[in-house]
Amino acid sequence: MGLPELKQTATDALLSTLRMPEGGWSAQARAAGLNRLQAMGLPSRRDEYWKFTRPDTLIAPQAPEAVAFQIEDPLVFGGIDRLKIVFVDGVFDADASDDLRLEGLTIERLADSAARDIHWAKDLYGKLEAQGQTPVERPLAALNTAYATDGILIHVTGKVSRPVSLIYHHAAPRSDAILHHVIKLDKGADMTLLENGPAAARFNKVLEVDIADEAGFHHVRAQGRDHDRRAATHIFARLGEKSIFKSFTLTANGVLTRNECVIELTGDDAIAHVAGACVGDGDFHHDDTVFVTHDAVNCESRQVFKKVLRNGATGVFQGKILVRKDAQKTDGYQISQSLLLDGDSQFLAKPELEIYADDVACSHGSTSGAIDEDALFYLRSRGVEEKQATDLLTLAFLAEAVDEIEDEALAADILARLEAWLARRS
Amino acid sequence: MLEIKDLHVQLEEEDKQILKGVNLTVEAGKVHAIMGPNGSGKSTLSYVLSGKDGYEVTAGSATLGGKDILDMEPEERAAAGLFLAFQYPVEIPGVGNMTFLRTAVNAQRKSRGEDEMSAAEFLKVIRAKAKELKIDADMLKRPVNVGFSGGEKKRNEILQMAMLEPKMCILDETDSGLDVDAMKLVASGVNALRDAGRGFLVITHYQRLLDHIKPDVVHIMADGRIVKSGGPELALEVENNGYADILAEVA
Repeated sequence: MGLPELKQTATDALLSTLRMPEGGWSAQARAAGLNRLQAMGLPSRRDEYWKFTRPDTLIAPQAPEAVAFQIEDPLVFGGIDRLKIVFVDGVFDADASDDLRLEGLTIERLADSAARDIHWAKDLYGKLEAQGQTPVERPLAALNTAYATDGILIHVTGKVSRPVSLIYHHAAPRSDAILHHVIKLDKGADMTLLENGPAAARFNKVLEVDIADEAGFHHVRAQGRDHDRRAATHIFARLGEKSIFKSFTLTANGVLTRNECVIELTGDDAIAHVAGACVGDGDFHHDDTVFVTHDAVNCESRQVFKKVLRNGATGVFQGKILVRKDAQKTDGYQISQSLLLDGDSQFLAKPELEIYADDVACSHGSTSGAIDEDALFYLRSRGVEEKQATDLLTLAFLAEAVDEIEDEALAADILARLEAWLARRS
Repeated sequence: MLEIKDLHVQLEEEDKQILKGVNLTVEAGKVHAIMGPNGSGKSTLSYVLSGKDGYEVTAGSATLGGKDILDMEPEERAAAGLFLAFQYPVEIPGVGNMTFLRTAVNAQRKSRGEDEMSAAEFLKVIRAKAKELKIDADMLKRPVNVGFSGGEKKRNEILQMAMLEPKMCILDETDSGLDVDAMKLVASGVNALRDAGRGFLVITHYQRLLDHIKPDVVHIMADGRIVKSGGPELALEVENNGYADILAEVA
């Protein structure tokens, strides 16, 4: 059966502009990714998981223009001791990047290694993405697997002392970047990955993380700055026994951001936390689409998403917890909340639970509301002026998400970003 | 200190008159108590003075140290020296008690053109004051009033008062929900703040709080007006005979 005509046309139109890197160890995975994409077609507004977010600018043959925003503030994570890897409009910047050697892991670039026929990433590249296509299709991720021009391949063998920091600069007004990262953590290994920057006018990014037994992966990301940038990102993670996955994303500004996170708990006693804080003002659309599958015993998952919206900004949350039949003793938690600072903004939420095991504890909640007037008056009656009191309550609203960041220095850095964002608004 | 003249107030949402001509002057160094039956307008008076939304002043005035406070924002009234100890202190999840207090202290200092208190100095002062009110370090760290017992919330109000050192303190039913020991603790916290430069307006239903915070003047409020004023003996009269006799007498 073929695709609906409009979908076919849109898919053909975009694919005609792209060129797949040829040969090497990733060729097979790329071809398979293209097959998946062609079978499902690019997303359209009619698709169940695209009802709240218009995909058209993400799938248009050319990236809509986005001016790179120049501000004087230092970049996030600037004070953190880290290994820096810099991309400008999706192109690796060797001069701005650090030496890629670090004890406890090996780092290679996807583009550098492409010519080789044998590579450890061959068994992983596109694999978690492919598995993550059921039961919900994620065509932009399949597109990414097929056409990614570069990315970082990290094999973590031990406990890594410094975070690896991916910095995405944006320069050209119509840049279109497709990056695909693969991270493999061996048993007992541990690393922290940082990501920040607007990346490009349009950014498509996939991060596949395979976490072996007893390994730990910590991820803190800040997407911000440019008002007109667009991004569709996917994280696919697989967790082994007693492993830990913790991911936090701050999103500020950007006309359209869709962050998907697909987590599969495959080993017993694993822990996965995914959190996000987003602040949007005006022409801002932010979509968090999360799918957590419990496929092992006694695992814990948490989804904590908080959105502050004003001046017509839109927030979307589509979060699911699927508990398979044998995933007993599952502890699942999901909360999605929005703080609407005025009557023009909106929050669209679709929380879902699907549970086949009988001995589980799963809870979910979704709320949408304004600043608590009683709390505001209480603060003001103590002498705190209205703007400061509102900001304090806004940060308090975001706190549950920010608290998911374990590292204090990173949490402080994220908090400072949020404070600065609020301070810039009157 | 606080001078209220012919204050008329109605609810903004509905055409309902709550205060119908309140006259009251609280001098510096004095403790005035307001007693009265439910619905007499006592709490409304405290909210109108502190600037809560939802009330409309239709006539009259209220000044603090000669300055009209009714046109001020709530935070300006606070900076001018007004403090309301809430009947129902508000819970603020996500804001640490200590952060809240320090923000408030420094906001008031800033608006008065004073230097902010350093973190170290603030810590020293708050520890000493918290100790007197038996507020432990954990209560200072927790989010404002979240998970506090009734007594803890009221003690926390008094701690805020002690830190902010207002000129005019209004206590709205601070005794409600307190057992005898907690009430004594709160009262001794209030008494420690009694000072020649500070006025108090204590709103209560019951005389028992006034055993611990001895008032100079007692007012009886009914149907939006002060209907009778007198010395501490007036509170005892209420305790013994209820409001009926007094209300009949002034009707």
